[in-house]
Amino acid sequence: MTGAEILVEAMEREGVDTIFAYPGGASMPIHQALSKSSAIRTILPRHEQGGSFAAEGYARATGRAGVCMGTSGPGATNMVTAIADAFLDSTPLVVISGQVPTFMIGRGAFQETDFYGMTLPCVKHSYLVTDINDIPRVVKEAFHIAQTGRPGPVVIDMPKDVQEGKAQPVFPDSINLRGYTPERELDEVALNELLGFVKDAKRPMIYCGGGIISSEAHEELMEFVERSGIPVATTLMGVGCFPETHEMSLKWLGMHGTVYANNAVNEADVLLALGVRFDDRVTGKVEKFAEHGTIIHIDIDNSEINKNKSVRLPIIANVKEALARLNQLLADAGHERKKAGFDAFPAWYEQIATWKKDSPMKYQDSDEHIQPQYAIQELYKACQKDPRETYITTGVGQHQMWAGQWYEYDKPRRFITSAGLGSMGYGYPAAMGVCAAFPDANVIDIDGDGSFLMNIQELACAKVEKLAAKALVLNNQHLGMVVQWEDLKYDSNRAQTFLADPDDGYDPTHKDESKIFPDYPTMCAGFRVECRRVIHKKDLAAAMEWFVAAKEAVVLEVMVPYTEHVLPMIPGGMTYKDIITEPFMEKRHEINIPTAL
Amino acid sequence: MESIPRHTLSVLVENKFGVLARVAGMFSGRGYNIHTLNVGPTHHPDVSRMTIVLKEKENVLEQIIKQLEKLVDVIEIHDFRIGENVERELILMRVKADRENRAEVIELCDLFRAKIVDVGIDEITVEISGDDSKMNKFVALMERFEISALTRTGKIALKRITG
Repeated sequence: MTGAEILVEAMEREGVDTIFAYPGGASMPIHQALSKSSAIRTILPRHEQGGSFAAEGYARATGRAGVCMGTSGPGATNMVTAIADAFLDSTPLVVISGQVPTFMIGRGAFQETDFYGMTLPCVKHSYLVTDINDIPRVVKEAFHIAQTGRPGPVVIDMPKDVQEGKAQPVFPDSINLRGYTPERELDEVALNELLGFVKDAKRPMIYCGGGIISSEAHEELMEFVERSGIPVATTLMGVGCFPETHEMSLKWLGMHGTVYANNAVNEADVLLALGVRFDDRVTGKVEKFAEHGTIIHIDIDNSEINKNKSVRLPIIANVKEALARLNQLLADAGHERKKAGFDAFPAWYEQIATWKKDSPMKYQDSDEHIQPQYAIQELYKACQKDPRETYITTGVGQHQMWAGQWYEYDKPRRFITSAGLGSMGYGYPAAMGVCAAFPDANVIDIDGDGSFLMNIQELACAKVEKLAAKALVLNNQHLGMVVQWEDLKYDSNRAQTFLADPDDGYDPTHKDESKIFPDYPTMCAGFRVECRRVIHKKDLAAAMEWFVAAKEAVVLEVMVPYTEHVLPMIPGGMTYKDIITEPFMEKRHEINIPTAL
Repeated sequence: MESIPRHTLSVLVENKFGVLARVAGMFSGRGYNIHTLNVGPTHHPDVSRMTIVLKEKENVLEQIIKQLEKLVDVIEIHDFRIGENVERELILMRVKADRENRAEVIELCDLFRAKIVDVGIDEITVEISGDDSKMNKFVALMERFEISALTRTGKIALKRITG
């Protein structure tokens, strides 16, 4: 067998069914081998960044490693953003890159780049394969490392001579990695100590995140809440790990999280931090975060303990196993599971209810134009009526926050967003990845016009590959999130945040369609993808019905005002007490924002 | 910075290409500084030992150790506190030794059990090994004779035998 054939068989043995791969000189042998595989579907993205984001979408929806490939040089460098993205969001990803032949490495060969070196700071692990006999072991290790412990991206750099060499492969049954032991023994003493803190608590809170989803611990979390009566706030990465429709849910916290989630987490006397990393978008000024609470941190990654925030009780564990054991201990102590009528912390529930009543999520609706929040609520309503499972992906910016705020997620892996790296252009290819994994699902990318344009070429891939990825584009003709910061901090001076043609005038009402730029319906037509544009509120419901019902790639462009801001908002480096809940344009000069991210 | 004590980490790693880059990158990417670094094989051909001396605060050290532990190619880390390890460093030094000062230089070398490994008309090369305090004192004393070149291996260390 050739090295390329061995690689493909090794991937088949790992259960790979889909690879997003863009060919080139240094990866052609692998494409040739893939074309003969009946187990693996090879999907041709129209840009390696799209392919690698699609692999991330696949991984986030399934929990299995997404796989993508590009050729050496530019093919590989185009995948770096997704690798960094997967590194920050702990997404299992296996990235294969073609490489120039080993005897050409270091000579500045055509399309040569030191991809192994270039990706070192943002991989969980990586390989440069120099011996064809290493391929079976390397592939097995790569998938193991990507998918176990705290998941992450693994790079396999494959020189072309190794792909074209010939060998009789020996596929190993087991893995021997003495430096990698992701399993953790449960610390019984620490878990009992945790329950001791909970027993004495008056205002306990759970702050949980992506770790719950990675470890598939959502059922254990539900049981823990039902037995303990502790309310839940998630991070953006944790959206859906606990149903937002549940009475114990406070939705998500952080910069654009709910007032009540931020209040409750910051004023809790005992804070259970489960599968989280105290990200600055969650904590604001980290020294002030939950400063009076006793923090107990459970995470599988020891390096997250005391990294951003010192905690009272660290527990290094797989959060699924830890919660399962805690549930057992609670059951042994006589704590029954409750579906309703929670009564463990009545005064605390009352306080939370007051916060919810006094500071609900809100926006000023209008009949003059379509508010972006309203569009997402309409989408939610339409999706509720659809019998299929709905998956939401997003780009990055205002629309991403609104997609988190105004849609209710009640299952894990249904809100797929670039949280840590904040990669614009993520939404549409990620939706394609979800479609590849779940062809019968209702998969919707809620996007902005800026983010959508960044990987719009993938409409060609979706069309040709019959991936029913649908895009709801909230078009405000601006980079809305940057505009929001310009409004807050830079006196609304627009610096490269207007996306239409400044020489063509601008009609903020979007009533004059000739001024809308670029013209998405025309562009989509070029891809033979249907795109409908909605400007008037009265037309939205019908368009939304068509959009949600569609079973192929379509685009719904909704024109929205650029003046709308994402609220609430805790500006970076500030605390939950500084939360802005009302439109701030008149009082913005009174807000003193520190230098922070 | 000077008030922060030096700290020695002994790190067993896979003897593979790229491991040094991974370890070094972990430091540089986080703005941590390595004071000295020594890498060499152990008695197992597939395992190397890195001895890393750092001057960082306790919380930074904790992060460094945890980040090193995360690397797949890192097998084991020993975090040596003072007195728990035997440690040595080797220095090669070229120093002026002409007719006027040669006797005094040689006498100092004898006192410190330093070896003279190369001799020229008015210069000699000296080899010395030992722990921190001995080395620093020797270097300080030799400085007045004009050191023209000096190289240190960086510290190597092993855990003390107990019992």
